[in-house]
Amino acid sequence: MYVAVKGGERAIDRAHRLLAEERRGDPAVPELTLAQIDQQLAFAVDRVMTEGSLYDRELAALAVKQARGDLVEAIFLLRAYRTTLPRLGVSRPLDTAAMVARRRVSAIFKDLPGGQILGPTFDYTHRLLDFGLAEPGEPGPTAPVEDATGREADPSLPRVMDLLDREGLIEGEPAVRDDGRVGDLTREPLTFPAGRDVRLQNLARGDEGFLLAMGYATQRGYGRNHPFAGEIRQGEVSVSLAPEEIGFPVEIAAITVTECQMVNQFKGSSSTPAQFTRGYGLAFGSAERKAMAMALVDRALRARDLGEEPASPTQDEEFVLSHSDSVEASGFVQHLKLPHYVDFQAELVLVRDLRAAHGSSAPR
Amino acid sequence: MSRYNFAYLDEQTKRMIRRAILKAVAVPGYQVPFGSREMPLSYGWGTGGVQVTASVIGTTDVLKVIDQGADDTTNAVSIRRFFARTTGVATTTRTDEATLIQTRHRIPETPLAPGQIVVFQVPIPEPLRWLEPREAETRTMHALEEYGVMYVRLYEDITRHGRVAQTYEYPVIVNGRYLMRPSPIPKLDNPKLDRSPALMLFGAGREKRIYAVPPWTAVKSLDFDDHPFEVEHWDRPCDLCGARGAFLDELIVDDKGGRLFICSDTDFCARRQAAGHGPRA
Repeated sequence: MYVAVKGGERAIDRAHRLLAEERRGDPAVPELTLAQIDQQLAFAVDRVMTEGSLYDRELAALAVKQARGDLVEAIFLLRAYRTTLPRLGVSRPLDTAAMVARRRVSAIFKDLPGGQILGPTFDYTHRLLDFGLAEPGEPGPTAPVEDATGREADPSLPRVMDLLDREGLIEGEPAVRDDGRVGDLTREPLTFPAGRDVRLQNLARGDEGFLLAMGYATQRGYGRNHPFAGEIRQGEVSVSLAPEEIGFPVEIAAITVTECQMVNQFKGSSSTPAQFTRGYGLAFGSAERKAMAMALVDRALRARDLGEEPASPTQDEEFVLSHSDSVEASGFVQHLKLPHYVDFQAELVLVRDLRAAHGSSAPR
Repeated sequence: MSRYNFAYLDEQTKRMIRRAILKAVAVPGYQVPFGSREMPLSYGWGTGGVQVTASVIGTTDVLKVIDQGADDTTNAVSIRRFFARTTGVATTTRTDEATLIQTRHRIPETPLAPGQIVVFQVPIPEPLRWLEPREAETRTMHALEEYGVMYVRLYEDITRHGRVAQTYEYPVIVNGRYLMRPSPIPKLDNPKLDRSPALMLFGAGREKRIYAVPPWTAVKSLDFDDHPFEVEHWDRPCDLCGARGAFLDELIVDDKGGRLFICSDTDFCARRQAAGHGPRA
């Protein structure tokens, strides 16, 4: 006699226990602390904060630990926490021109006010495994590096875009909404055509790998927009809030961000003089790859606004914005693991019928 | 769980979702966009259904959760536990005892009663999606009631296979107006939507849409005069309870072609067995 499979409940409990065991790994190996993750896996923490859209290093480190290093899972954990938080206010726009920059490079001017600051970057490392890191140990005595961090905001670190803008060489900042408010797609559903505010929010939360591939595709001709890295800067900016009841802005935090401003192919016609166009990327922490890819995709998605004929998926707002979110994508792809017995059975019945009908009507 | 509100969502969010539900009830079959929240559950695993349930559940409700018609499949267990934990309401497996039924892919075999609410988990709410991938375009098509492409698609099936080859999420017209995709229920369940005494709510979390079929609303499965709508049938009864006309799951029991066909609705099947119905009944 067949007895229907029961015990989903017990199976789930045991699966959770196994998972906890696997997460901890060999108990003889010391457990990771959140401070270690925050300090030594800082890029992981930065990515989880950016795509989780919550600036909290400790919670992001906790998410990385709980997710055993699966960053998409960690982003999901942080998002599910973030969604429960009350919205207390909306900050004033960050002033990245007042950034205390740790790194600042422009690929379009050899030198410029404030200078180029290389900062801590993988860029010119030779990618040779450093076997010296294999064993933990105190770093040998090295001469301290003079660091930009801690300096007062350098008043002579103007944004490259502002320098271009002064000459009218680049288009002005695209207008914000008429009412001055910014959209929030974690509160309101995404609609099309999306405003640039919502688009940038979507891209900032978007999966780094997806944006990288989309940005890369634009460089290979799918929506090419002739980019130059006008400026990339990374460092601390202050966040301020101007509550109505106080009437003046109050600084509430300082956060690290990476900003990328792309300068793209110019436009012009017989009636308007030629001007470069913009693409923008911003991410929490150190996230240069993400910010650059975001800027490329932002520019590609401005095709329609700029009167270009969208010809590639990279320029198709619905295509890009509907598929950029790793939490949505990961959930929906993996939902195929859920039982589909019923739908499949319905298909089986039909296919068997169709095959039977085909057999009986086929010429003998 | 004391740090979370009753049914997890905060009251502001519930109010927002209830407003969307009211609109959905007022315009049967119309997909209402709503500010879907990120839930502690994967997208595609019932986030829409969970948000709808969380917004309508009250302390006196009795909740039933099924997946594929069964109360004991892992995702049904997981969602039922989520609500047991966040609301403390009574749960049941009996369809007739439940005031609120969250479901994935099935409508229970036991007839529904007035006052009951069925909440469907919906992966893709847009019935025209496979015919037109763009949301901006499909919304216009709904506004203009431009559903010819769907009839053409069904007609193409008939020319190719001699019949409509759509077995689940078979498209329906609700209240003579909106084309609606019944969350992927098998078409055998479609007639249960028509003039149902229960309120049917559909939640799509990832796609951020809610739609509804209010009680006693006409729901017509698309068809042609010469090719009327038909449901699938099995030429054998359930191997456990002998039911005919119920949706049967097929189980492979050995590697010699052995098969069992049993009701997908576990509550229905178990209660028939308890009432003395057997394989040969």
